[in-house]
Amino acid sequence: MTALHTEPAHAARPRARAGRGNQRRAQRWTALAFLAPLLVYLAVFYAYPLYRNIDLSVHDYTPRAFIQGNPEFTGLRHYVVIVTDDAFLRALSNTAVFTLGSIAVQYVIGLALAVFFHRNFRLSAVLRAMFLVPWLLPLIVSASTWSWMLNSENGIVNAALQAFGIGQINWLTSPDTSLLAVTVANIWLGIPFNLVILYAGLQNISPSLYEAAGLDGANAWERFRHITFPLLRPVSMITLLLGLIYTLKVVDIIWIMTRGGPADASTTFAIWSYREAFGTGQPDFSPAAAVGNLLIVIAFVAGLAHVRLQRKEENG
Amino acid sequence: MNRPSMSRATVLGTAVLAASTLAACASAPPQGGADSAAPGGAYTWWDPYPQHDASSAWAKRVNSCGQQAGVTIERTAYDTTALTNQALLAGQEGNPPDVILLDNPAVSTLADAGMLTTMDELGLETARFDKNLIAAGELDGKTYGIPIGANTLALYYNKKILDDAGVDPASIKDWASLDAALKKIKAAGKKPITFAGIGTEEGSFQFLPWFWGAGAQLTKLDSPEAVAALELWNSWVKDGIAPNSVLSNSQNTTWEEFLTGEFGFAENGTWQINSAAEAGFPTGVVQIPGKDGGVAPTPTGGEFITVPAQKDTGRYDVTKKILECMTTPEGLVETGTTFAYYIPSTAEGQEQILGKEPELKPWVDAVRSAKGRTSDNLGTKYPKISEALWTGVQKALSGSASPADALKDAQAKAQQATGE
Repeated sequence: MTALHTEPAHAARPRARAGRGNQRRAQRWTALAFLAPLLVYLAVFYAYPLYRNIDLSVHDYTPRAFIQGNPEFTGLRHYVVIVTDDAFLRALSNTAVFTLGSIAVQYVIGLALAVFFHRNFRLSAVLRAMFLVPWLLPLIVSASTWSWMLNSENGIVNAALQAFGIGQINWLTSPDTSLLAVTVANIWLGIPFNLVILYAGLQNISPSLYEAAGLDGANAWERFRHITFPLLRPVSMITLLLGLIYTLKVVDIIWIMTRGGPADASTTFAIWSYREAFGTGQPDFSPAAAVGNLLIVIAFVAGLAHVRLQRKEENG
Repeated sequence: MNRPSMSRATVLGTAVLAASTLAACASAPPQGGADSAAPGGAYTWWDPYPQHDASSAWAKRVNSCGQQAGVTIERTAYDTTALTNQALLAGQEGNPPDVILLDNPAVSTLADAGMLTTMDELGLETARFDKNLIAAGELDGKTYGIPIGANTLALYYNKKILDDAGVDPASIKDWASLDAALKKIKAAGKKPITFAGIGTEEGSFQFLPWFWGAGAQLTKLDSPEAVAALELWNSWVKDGIAPNSVLSNSQNTTWEEFLTGEFGFAENGTWQINSAAEAGFPTGVVQIPGKDGGVAPTPTGGEFITVPAQKDTGRYDVTKKILECMTTPEGLVETGTTFAYYIPSTAEGQEQILGKEPELKPWVDAVRSAKGRTSDNLGTKYPKISEALWTGVQKALSGSASPADALKDAQAKAQQATGE
């Protein structure tokens, strides 16, 4: 590969090297041939869908236009319509609450569990395996189970609350609690992911540091505060970034539990996009693509922020 | 040393490249298109009945209609929403199947997209179909499909609960008498009624009998009549006459609630006739009353046979034969009984099924007074209006807005969405 980079320099050398130049050209083709599968893959599965999504969002793809292939070019009109829609601010704040709430709580609980399991004790492996269950269940199963548990009349959660004299709470059907309900379900789903990654991160911290700290008389909290947490920072940052991206695009669990309702009470951008495209009798691909693109931009900005933070960390 | 290894690498690289290009090509054409170009005697058929597999009575019936027309039928089943999307994709690729059985509100969407052949072009007689049923297949004066049967909504009741509460189902003539009956059931300590108010098309479907029964029109969602209908549902939820779960109930969930034997009434469809007969308690059916008496128009459900436009119009002759075979009076009755239950869409078919099973009378009546959702030339506007309507219903029932305000928002949203 290094040979490839120095190629221009060789080209300027005397003729005597022409024979080697041929060889280098062949080498370059070989390199390209090796690179090609990746390039084709990137183009077909990443670049084209992205391009198509932008293309959909700047045209008016009604079902008719979709079939006849003659959509009207609308420029940024779909974006303007979405941003000025009454539901926009609601969806924005729902997305923020759902995403940030989910990843913050997932991270804290995941970290607490990781630290807990880091001290190997009897049954710790079994317990740890059990915490992975939410990850193993098909989403349709866990989401349906949650919505059954949170049912207003027959749900087990309300039955338990009633035993303590708390009246019926309409978890999924009240505009005040439906977002909370889906967020709680999503937190439960995300804990295993955080637990696994953070636990792996903990394994990389040298035990000698803890020993040294122990000799210096640091208590458990101080050891966590001054060793575990700072050394876990890179892992924490990537966990949070991945969590953010995963959570931004969550559709299934909300869709199964509340359909984004009642009215728009638990509608996030991802739900909005899905509803425009597939949730009604008539597919509206263009506004759906526009909302989807907004999500991509948000995720992209978060990714950039992560890279910046990381660079700062490395330099500083 | 260097050369041979390099050429080997080149070969390998090219091979990988070739393989990956092949893979990319193979994955490029969307699924569904590949099978429709089968030559000669194979006709393709899509329907939304994945529950009926290749060995089912339905599949056999479809095949026998193909045999009568002298061809074999290749049938593919998708679920309802997937079917519309697949049809759109096939239309875009220019290789749609010969026949699609479409859920009736989707007919105008595909017709408007220019994907469907008119029944006129096909030379198929449509006058024998009930006007109110075939209306859902009409757009701008042209007919794009024929109903293979129809189903609709009514109120199932639990006879034991009604007897215990001293309610005579025959006394339910209008909203006032229904309300009185529901209050009696509540007073007797049972749950009066359940329905599906979910935020999807099913929610609008279940609300429409009350909406139309009050005299409201889909072109004006915030009329006083519409508000009256939503206030009725709202008062039921607020007063505990209907459970709060109606907000998230699909029609299936509603039916499961009814089957527990705790509920007096459940709003549900023709498709539950068998299940009602097998319930652990005696059941009956009354039609949904209009606000001031009479029977409320209920929305029709059910599929239409449509014929996507083909490049080779020579195929239409055989397709026409298949369609005729599916919709003879005997054919409609057979479809009706195969599907437990589908009411035939022609007067003749209805007579025949009543001759066989007279207890279907209330359902045949309900279908005769039913109304297509896309009728009144709403066509492709209906899905948008419907979305605004179910959102309004959800807002009111969840208490985030009063019925009047929720419907005012709904009307504004519908107007914006339909561009009027």
